[in-house]
Amino acid sequence: MLQPKTIIEQLKKCGITHVVWLPDSESKFMYDALQAEQDLGFIPVCREGEAFAVAAGLWMGGKTPVILIQNTGLFESGDVLRGTALGLEVPLLMMIGYRGYMEMKAGKQPFDTAAVYTEPILNTWGIPFHHIETDADTAKIAEAFKQAQEISRPVAALICVEYNE
Amino acid sequence: MRRDEVLQTLAKHRTNEVVLTTMSVAQEWPAYSQSEFDFNAIGTGMGHLPDMALGVAVACPDRKVLCLNGDGSMLMNLGVLVSIANTAPTNLILFVFENEIYEVTGGQPIPGRGRANFAAMAQGAGFAHTFEFSDLTAFDKELPTILRLEGPIFVTVQAAPSGKPLSTKAIPVRAAARALRDSLTRSQR
Repeated sequence: MLQPKTIIEQLKKCGITHVVWLPDSESKFMYDALQAEQDLGFIPVCREGEAFAVAAGLWMGGKTPVILIQNTGLFESGDVLRGTALGLEVPLLMMIGYRGYMEMKAGKQPFDTAAVYTEPILNTWGIPFHHIETDADTAKIAEAFKQAQEISRPVAALICVEYNE
Repeated sequence: MRRDEVLQTLAKHRTNEVVLTTMSVAQEWPAYSQSEFDFNAIGTGMGHLPDMALGVAVACPDRKVLCLNGDGSMLMNLGVLVSIANTAPTNLILFVFENEIYEVTGGQPIPGRGRANFAAMAQGAGFAHTFEFSDLTAFDKELPTILRLEGPIFVTVQAAPSGKPLSTKAIPVRAAARALRDSLTRSQR
């Protein structure tokens, strides 16, 4: 079980000011919970690559953003991840919906190839990542945030299951 | 009108706005401006300057943000027009320099040359105001008013290349990004 309120508590603990996101299956239950948060700015984008540049701009303006996208969108975002998030050394917490992870973990055929390529791609970019599967794992979100600040690079928290109410 | 004339006019009217540039404009703008609130994005994610400007505008609502984009760059990321209009920062002005070619790669025509209308796209996306300029005198006259309007605002300028060799000087974007962050953070205290 992974509850939105537990995630939001972690984001607040990190001092996150803005959530930049494009909805996906793993994070759809976050939507209402985030909308209800008065202290968090909420910036929807049309394609995941935008999220990295919006986040970089927020950071340049002195804010502390997080991006919330799916692994499929991570693949689309290659050049802006390279040139903007990594190129400007933005200490960015990336929460990434890990489509297909549970099937892959169980040894079943995933819905598509998204899960297969996720960790190899992150390793290729040199981006550290952490698996978030249950509420017990959510402390890793604050750890990932702290790591991003320390190394001044993006760090991924991989949301391995759908959030549930 | 030529791009260098447009940039000189912008520099003349600009006061304390953040100015973000990319591609050929980024190579030319430093000749007219050395402000601590400039960020010339060379080598960053292609097509993603307007999204970066959206982030800066949201982070710094009390300061105008001018994004100087190219037409080829705009075509790479048209969805951001909707993202900007949806978030609707009143302090953001997105300029698109239309030369209808990929200048830095040798002058190949962009898709939609002579057909696509960027201002119509921005209007359809929901920008508060859109403007189109092909005459330098009109641009010089209207720019002070545009800088005072509540946005988001979209401005196209049909500007031919300046006819000068573009600078090949490397821009240290990592240091420049941190310098802008320092300046903006300090100015908000």
